[in-house]
Amino acid sequence: MAGLAAAFGSGAMTNPIEDLEKGEVILITGSNTTENHPVLSSYIKRAVTFKGAKLIVVDPRKIPIASFATFWLRQNLGTDVAWLNGMMHVIIQENLYDEDYVTSRTVGLEDLKRAVEKYTPEHVEGITGIPKEELIGAARLYAGAESASILYAMGITQHITGVDNVKSLANLAMLCGNVGVSGGGVNPLRGQNNVQGACDMGALPDVYTGYQKVNDVSVRERMAKAWQVETLSDKTGLKATEMMEKAHEGELKAMYIIGENPMLSDPDLNHAKECFKNLEFLVVQDIFLTETAELADVVLPSASFAEKEGTFTNTERKVQRVRKGIEPPGEAKDDWKIICELSGNMGYTMDYENSQAVMEEIAEVTPSYCGINYERLKTEGLHWPCTGTDHPGTPCLHMDEFTCGLGVFHAIEFRPPAEVPDDEYPLYLTTGRLLYHYHCGSMTMKSPGLNELAPECFVEMSSKDATEYKIGHGDRVKIASRRGEIEAKVEVSEKAVDGTVFIPFHYAGAAANALTNGALDPTAKIPEYKVCAVRIQKN
Amino acid sequence: MDSENIIVIDGQEFTFTQEETILQVAQRNGFDIPTLCFLKGAIPTGACRICVVEVEGATNLVASCSTAATPGMVVKTETQRVVRDRRTNIELLLASGFHNCLVQDLDMDSWTDFQLKSMEPKEHQGLCPAYGNCVLQDLAVRYQVKLSHFAPAETKYPIENVNPFIVRDFSRCVLCGRCVQACNEIQVNNVITFDLKGAESKIITKGDRTLKDSNCVFCGECVQACPVGALVPKDDFLEGQTPEEENRVRTTCTYCGVGCQLYLHVKENRVTKVTGVEDVGPNYGKLCVKGRFGYDFINHPARLKTPLIRENGELREASWDEALKVVSDKFSGIKGDVGPDAIGVLSSARITNEENYLAQKFTRGVIGTNSIDHCARL
Ligand code: SF4
Ligand code: SF4
Ligand code: SF4
Repeated sequence: MAGLAAAFGSGAMTNPIEDLEKGEVILITGSNTTENHPVLSSYIKRAVTFKGAKLIVVDPRKIPIASFATFWLRQNLGTDVAWLNGMMHVIIQENLYDEDYVTSRTVGLEDLKRAVEKYTPEHVEGITGIPKEELIGAARLYAGAESASILYAMGITQHITGVDNVKSLANLAMLCGNVGVSGGGVNPLRGQNNVQGACDMGALPDVYTGYQKVNDVSVRERMAKAWQVETLSDKTGLKATEMMEKAHEGELKAMYIIGENPMLSDPDLNHAKECFKNLEFLVVQDIFLTETAELADVVLPSASFAEKEGTFTNTERKVQRVRKGIEPPGEAKDDWKIICELSGNMGYTMDYENSQAVMEEIAEVTPSYCGINYERLKTEGLHWPCTGTDHPGTPCLHMDEFTCGLGVFHAIEFRPPAEVPDDEYPLYLTTGRLLYHYHCGSMTMKSPGLNELAPECFVEMSSKDATEYKIGHGDRVKIASRRGEIEAKVEVSEKAVDGTVFIPFHYAGAAANALTNGALDPTAKIPEYKVCAVRIQKN
Repeated sequence: MDSENIIVIDGQEFTFTQEETILQVAQRNGFDIPTLCFLKGAIPTGACRICVVEVEGATNLVASCSTAATPGMVVKTETQRVVRDRRTNIELLLASGFHNCLVQDLDMDSWTDFQLKSMEPKEHQGLCPAYGNCVLQDLAVRYQVKLSHFAPAETKYPIENVNPFIVRDFSRCVLCGRCVQACNEIQVNNVITFDLKGAESKIITKGDRTLKDSNCVFCGECVQACPVGALVPKDDFLEGQTPEEENRVRTTCTYCGVGCQLYLHVKENRVTKVTGVEDVGPNYGKLCVKGRFGYDFINHPARLKTPLIRENGELREASWDEALKVVSDKFSGIKGDVGPDAIGVLSSARITNEENYLAQKFTRGVIGTNSIDHCARL
């Protein structure tokens, strides 16, 4: 988010999903696409199988989509800036970059050139473990395409260098003139159904809806007027990870958590629990009694997506309708109604006839949503920005110029991950999701069928590592990091590479996040879920 | 208008673009040419020959799905000859398996024998689960095909029912190949193919294993593509199909950020099935295993049904009035005593835009702090 916004002026996916079938080359990194965005992955597989597109996958695991790739580059965990700088080094050296584009649409090339100069393929091989021939081959393939798209997900952002990683991807795309073209772009894949919408709606500590800054006086005055309140705070609020810290220190007294389960999704779970226990008052609003709700002082039952009207905004910025199919169980209520009632109790009336009326207010106060209404969403969604009721929406961003005018190159240096293996904790651990479960599992684990297909937590390791640690497929082992310890079954798999183990983070009984590192990216405050050091012992 | 690119269908002239088939031009202009094996988005095979039409100058009827429109072509879509041919093809398909729905018209004795025999496996005890939702049945009705000159075929393969989501019943398979195309051309999972080696054609996974032991990812695309009752969601087998009580609501998937468009099939305030919405992005009918089969949580008994308040260390049930009062009193108290920045709100990527909007309005306008965030920071 922060990385893309710095480069282009907008942090969202630049191109629509359907564009994936239009480009000549697709580069995927940090996204286990077939398992985490299955339907989107079918576009990639179709492009490769039927439309002659070439695929480059850069991932520490041999994920399923790699079998469609011309190049699968396997980097050491946490070395993304290095291979990206290396590719750009090759592209600049061999003069493969798009000079017209760079001159007319971007600034900062000279800084970039200086920064990547020392990232020769040999040097990069030393850091990343990617053989130099493969790096050069992939660089030439990407740069040689008429249009090439980049896809990434949490494997890129969940690092202490997450923002740097994203800026580097933006650098690469701009260098080759691939932003603002059909079949190109830099495309972050949102993990959860409405992350994009939550951001768009201002569920962020520094912006109102549509990324309007809280520290901009004119915005604040406009919002205050629209909401008929006297003043609004100009102080940037706390990010989720900062809230946990402040709770721990005793400065934050109360939290209201709606539809999230940080007690399974937070890094360093033992710490998270202490933080919540330290709160004077915790309210959790959810559809199930989650691990977090069990710690709450008040639990409020809410309606599921099948029981409410509204909209979600998907990863390609497309606002789509959610419609009510059934009545919620018992006394459970729509989240928006609960918020309205609370607000009324606290002396501020929120009076909306239905969710449609809320959307009308959103359109009034949000330039990028101002042309969106339920009538227009009837048969198909609309991509924001949609700046008027006759505006068709914007599937592809930055077509003629970047949201911020000129695209900005950033000179980025490689920094190693916060924790690397040593004698005591000799293996890398990386975490992620499985096809059959979703996030903290509170929904998918209610399905006997999905549980049957993915019944329990496991640790995936290469056969070489398994032999070295004298562990067999199906053995139960203890996995320990500096922060905690869990138990899981061993799965010896071709997906794993030597020296790195993988654990899915869905399972409460063996929560991978009891092991992961809470070290944060300095800008985005995203924890380094993707790299830490562990040791493994047979039970 | 470029007079070159004109085709005549049932006496009316239409323009067409390059690479359009007869079927595409006809469908675009509202003609209802029936199809069975044709699957949108895949390369047409023309295998089932249900979509045949008469083309002036051609000796044989042609499959409209796989024949390109050419300049000056004169097409007739529903002549006697066409209808006769379609009827024969439908009869052959019906006779190829256990299509024990009402379209069968055998004389009394053989009908009963047929029914009893086809009901032998326990999954066949009711009507075919595709009843009312079967292309073959619709065709039989449309062309008034009664099966009287064919004896029903033997069951060649047992029903496969060992995975949690999909029942495969090849006694009803018409070998149209749509599932194969759905798996290989639409989802590109490359799990199933035609078995051309055996004496009898069949749709198989690698090594003819069960789906559960293959590399199937249970996207269910093949099930959505199957025009008959050969591939059926397990819940339909257990529940039986009663289409008239069923209601379909279009919505957006609640799992990942792709935002697939889907239908919730609703019966008696319960979600009983999910299918993909064809013809609209981002998914054009495709879904994955979570979107298609992961709906049990909605009607799960563990859903929270009343507010809960902690008392003496335990959570107890409470009324909305009581719970909301506790929350608002507490928030107001902390806001007054310590200040609004002592309260933080985590909103969610799971709830709607409207709800996120109100959550931040509440945080900023009512509590008075900007401390609102959500967990999924990507
Ligand atoms: S469920 Fe999906 S992967 Fe499995 S056979 Fe059917 S189409 Fe292929
Ligand atoms: S299983 Fe269904 S879709 Fe597949 S070939 Fe048989 S009838 Fe056609
Ligand atoms: S059906 Fe699967 S791919 Fe589509 S939105 Fe749902 S979870 Fe994502």
